[in-house]
Amino acid sequence: MNTISEAFLLSLQMMVRLDPELLRIIGLSLRVSLTAVVLGSLIGLPFGALLALTRFPGRNACIVVLNACMGLPPVVVGLIVYLILSRSGPLGTFGWLFTPAGMVMAQVVLITPIVAALSRQTVADLWIEYEEQLRSLGLTPIKAIATLLWDGRFSLSTAVFAGFGRAIAEVGAIIIVGGNINGFTRTMTTAISLETSRGDLALAMALGIVLLAIAISINAAATTLGNTARRRQGA
Amino acid sequence: MHGRLSLLPLQLNDVGYSVNRQRLIGGVNLRFEMGPPTLILGPNGAGKSLLLRLCHGLIEPTAGDVQWQGPAAQTPQNLRFEQAMVFQKPVLLRRSVLANVEFPLKLRGLDAASRRAKALAVLERVGLAALAERPARVLSGGEQQRLALARAWALEPQILFLDEPSAALDPGATRQVEGIIGNIAASGTKIVMTTHDLGQARRLAGDIIFLHRGSVAERTPATEFFNQPQSDAARAFLQGDLTW
Repeated sequence: MNTISEAFLLSLQMMVRLDPELLRIIGLSLRVSLTAVVLGSLIGLPFGALLALTRFPGRNACIVVLNACMGLPPVVVGLIVYLILSRSGPLGTFGWLFTPAGMVMAQVVLITPIVAALSRQTVADLWIEYEEQLRSLGLTPIKAIATLLWDGRFSLSTAVFAGFGRAIAEVGAIIIVGGNINGFTRTMTTAISLETSRGDLALAMALGIVLLAIAISINAAATTLGNTARRRQGA
Repeated sequence: MHGRLSLLPLQLNDVGYSVNRQRLIGGVNLRFEMGPPTLILGPNGAGKSLLLRLCHGLIEPTAGDVQWQGPAAQTPQNLRFEQAMVFQKPVLLRRSVLANVEFPLKLRGLDAASRRAKALAVLERVGLAALAERPARVLSGGEQQRLALARAWALEPQILFLDEPSAALDPGATRQVEGIIGNIAASGTKIVMTTHDLGQARRLAGDIIFLHRGSVAERTPATEFFNQPQSDAARAFLQGDLTW
């Protein structure tokens, strides 16, 4: 109880003081996770739509694997990306190990299946509604992908936020790939992990509160914006 | 319409459609040529919507064949772009009224300025110009159907299939929709339309196809159909009897 109240106080102090170290950690967390969300969405949205609209042998197996990949353990992803990026790995020449770029890569691997699996369902539902009309107007399923992604934008934003939530919250992948280097690859979650293991529970808790506050405000803002736009479109 | 290759006539040869060996439509022989609107009448479940979808190519017949015999049918793109369909429940994109009309024009390769000009002109003709910037999905049912008609009209199709376009509308909106359909027909588009509204058929039809249990019971000029129907099924339908 003591730790918790102390942590609240500390987190308030840190936020009010705009502690530069804290700001840097928050900044890197957001930069890495937002970049990963953008890249993961650029891959995941079209891929999910493609899977929703095409029929090929092995498609069901593909969907099962994709859905399973929504639950990829971050530490395993971290380990795999670590091996790929390590000096002797296939992408070792990039020199991305223990850099934010490597962390982004690991999070892209984590997020893309989530965005793809959720958008596949959304696009499939929308296609049921639109199929006859779009085919009547002369679109093939492949050509309809862009249209369906745009018209599904309100529902698809949920898939993107799910991806962001996963990225901003995970620690396993980025701590392995990034190395939690002070001032360079330390993020909110890796800092919490470090402070906890060092026994500074109050500081860890304070960072946790800040992380929660950021995650909640970003999602709240996005949801509000999305709902307003959705209502205006009557979608 | 000038200088364009013709898509019509449309010829259906012994067309049938079955699902799980259950025959929904069978033995349909029909020919559609340029001319006044053809209305397809029949009780619910007679296969009216199915017949339209077979004609429009949204589903493939399981028996017989659907032949477009005009020269435009030689290229797949003309075949698709020279015909259009409006559905009973309009399928509108989650975009503005104007963007809904512009969308298929873009597919047909029109540049932005011509798209906009054409879309605005056709919205004017259906009385929706003032609502051009509104999101399409917040329109009333009647406005939505007028928008769906405008979107099809902007394409200047040679043939337009209409699947009970006013089934869910009140009398006022129905009259507006019928007025637009009349104008589209007058602009040189062949209308093929299903309805179960006899008054509507009287007002719009040049000739009538009466479907009964998946087959064509008769095809007669409209005046003749209403005065002296050829088939028992049509006679019973006109008298309001239950014909299924």
